Amino acid sequence: MSSVTPVARALPQRSAPTSPWMDRAFVFLTGGAALLIVIMLAIIVGNVLLFGTGTLTLDFLFSAPREGMTAGGIFPAIFGTAALVLLMVVALVPFGVGAAVYLHEYARPASWLTRAVRFAVSNLAGVPSIVFGLFGLGFFVQFVGRNMDRALGLDVLWGQPALLWAALTLALLNLPVVIVTTEEALRTVPPDMREASLALGATRWQTVRSVLLPQALPGILTGTILSVARGAGEVAPIMFTGAAYFLPYLPKSPTDQFMELGYHVYVLATQSPDVEATRPLLYGTVLVLLILTFLLNVTAVMLRSRLRARLAGRT
Amino acid sequence: MTKPRTFPPLSRFRGGRPRGETAIVGALKTNAVLAILGLVLIIVFVMKEALPILLDPETQREASLGRFLQAPAWQPVSDHPRYGLLPLIVGTLKVTLVAMAFAMPIGVLAAVFTSEFAPRRLREAIKPVVELLAGIPSVVLGFFALVVMASWLNSTLHLGTRLNALNAGIALSLAVIPTIFTVSEDALRAVPKSFREAALALGASRWQTAWFVTLPAAAAGVSAACLLGLARAVGETMIVLMASGNAAILSGSVFDSARTLSATIAAEMAEVVFGSPHYATLFFLGGLLFVTTFLVNMAAGVLVDRLRRRLGGS
Repeated sequence: MSSVTPVARALPQRSAPTSPWMDRAFVFLTGGAALLIVIMLAIIVGNVLLFGTGTLTLDFLFSAPREGMTAGGIFPAIFGTAALVLLMVVALVPFGVGAAVYLHEYARPASWLTRAVRFAVSNLAGVPSIVFGLFGLGFFVQFVGRNMDRALGLDVLWGQPALLWAALTLALLNLPVVIVTTEEALRTVPPDMREASLALGATRWQTVRSVLLPQALPGILTGTILSVARGAGEVAPIMFTGAAYFLPYLPKSPTDQFMELGYHVYVLATQSPDVEATRPLLYGTVLVLLILTFLLNVTAVMLRSRLRARLAGRT
Repeated sequence: MTKPRTFPPLSRFRGGRPRGETAIVGALKTNAVLAILGLVLIIVFVMKEALPILLDPETQREASLGRFLQAPAWQPVSDHPRYGLLPLIVGTLKVTLVAMAFAMPIGVLAAVFTSEFAPRRLREAIKPVVELLAGIPSVVLGFFALVVMASWLNSTLHLGTRLNALNAGIALSLAVIPTIFTVSEDALRAVPKSFREAALALGASRWQTAWFVTLPAAAAGVSAACLLGLARAVGETMIVLMASGNAAILSGSVFDSARTLSATIAAEMAEVVFGSPHYATLFFLGGLLFVTTFLVNMAAGVLVDRLRRRLGGS
């Protein structure tokens, strides 16, 4: 095709002697860059493993911080993270999956609404996490919460940072993740299945519910796991919407504040009264957070690569 | 090759719509509209809290657009608070530039290696490693920069300030590299094989093919990758908050401490009085970040579209 001419033009005009030496140097240069990424990851993980493993005991995992957070464990932070992520998933997955089903199965690709939704999703994914934090404070806490208090005639219950508001902020932050992965999964469902289902007289919704969604389940699961991994590690969006520096009790209701692993890392690393005494706890907390996010990400990566293999087999 | 079978979207089926189906379509559509609503609410509510800066004379006595530019310093907590944004903007630029100076060559070159030279096995090993790096929470990268890297840098370079823009920038590059790598690699792999084959047939060596043919053909995608990385770097909070020292000083040196826009919001929002000029100013900074990253991301989107159109034909 016409691609040959631009290729010929792109190459250097004066034919440089094609020495194998240059080839090797270039491979080394680019390969070195790739190796550097691997090394950096290894250094970080190695460092945390080296200094963190000693702290990782059952007592550390299942007790509360003591003596101004220079002793004890991180149980409230683990509990808070789990509660936060659970609430987020409950709020996020139905909406994310619903939006993806609409975009892929119902919407006409060229309509203005479809394009507006896609534009919003891709831009939502690029909004800095600290801006989500500001939004959560301005909208959920100050606007929704305060107005709920006013309407219910309460003093201050909803109009303050709380587990619920932090979870909803994270849900919005992760909405693009779930929509994109669910759509990708719907794309892998073979067309024959839709055809067969509709030919058998199933309605569109019956097709979606009993054929497409079960088929897309691995993809939906991938999106959910990825959003949990991200939600567990994000600190900026929850700093002003619900995370607490230290709490002597566990959150009992969605209106309570909570401790969280990522925020606990930040607090231990920057606000400790006694750096040396805190260091083992800090490394232990980082290790727990790292193990958690790694396990989640590895699961998601494996699920997704299986899904992509299925997609590649189709076309 | 057989043409892939396509199936018309369900919306084409105009047959009788059973009862209940319409309601379900409506419900699903509502979910999709929520994404738009989310973005609109973010814009409205961040702007709303920042509005007193433009409209409220009481606030403007302390914090207004003019004062942002004229005030020489950022001293929000004092008897005569001063809200000069210049130190914060310079700090953000410094840290971002350092991060991009590390992340762009490493990310792009590693992508070239992975797509052009690496055997299949190696490629399949590198990509998950990068995804794992992308999965490290930024607070962990910030912790690493604060506790480990700052000490290394200090003992090797003998710097005056332990936490500085260089330290934060390098740590930030770790968060940006996965973005640049992944998007660049996708763009390079989208270049048709015929381009490479033509170059090799014309007598070009492998590195000449990669450098003069494949990389320029994917230029739009690689630029988009760098822009996406830039947007990420400007908006990233926890890493710079922990690793940069956070001193709001006006200095061009990367060896001095720096305070960025994002870190300022994170550090000061907790103690600010609701509705005060300081509060409005922090939301204004958030709006500034939003607009900046929005524009950069849009530019990246335009570049990706252009690449898709150019390579789509062949």
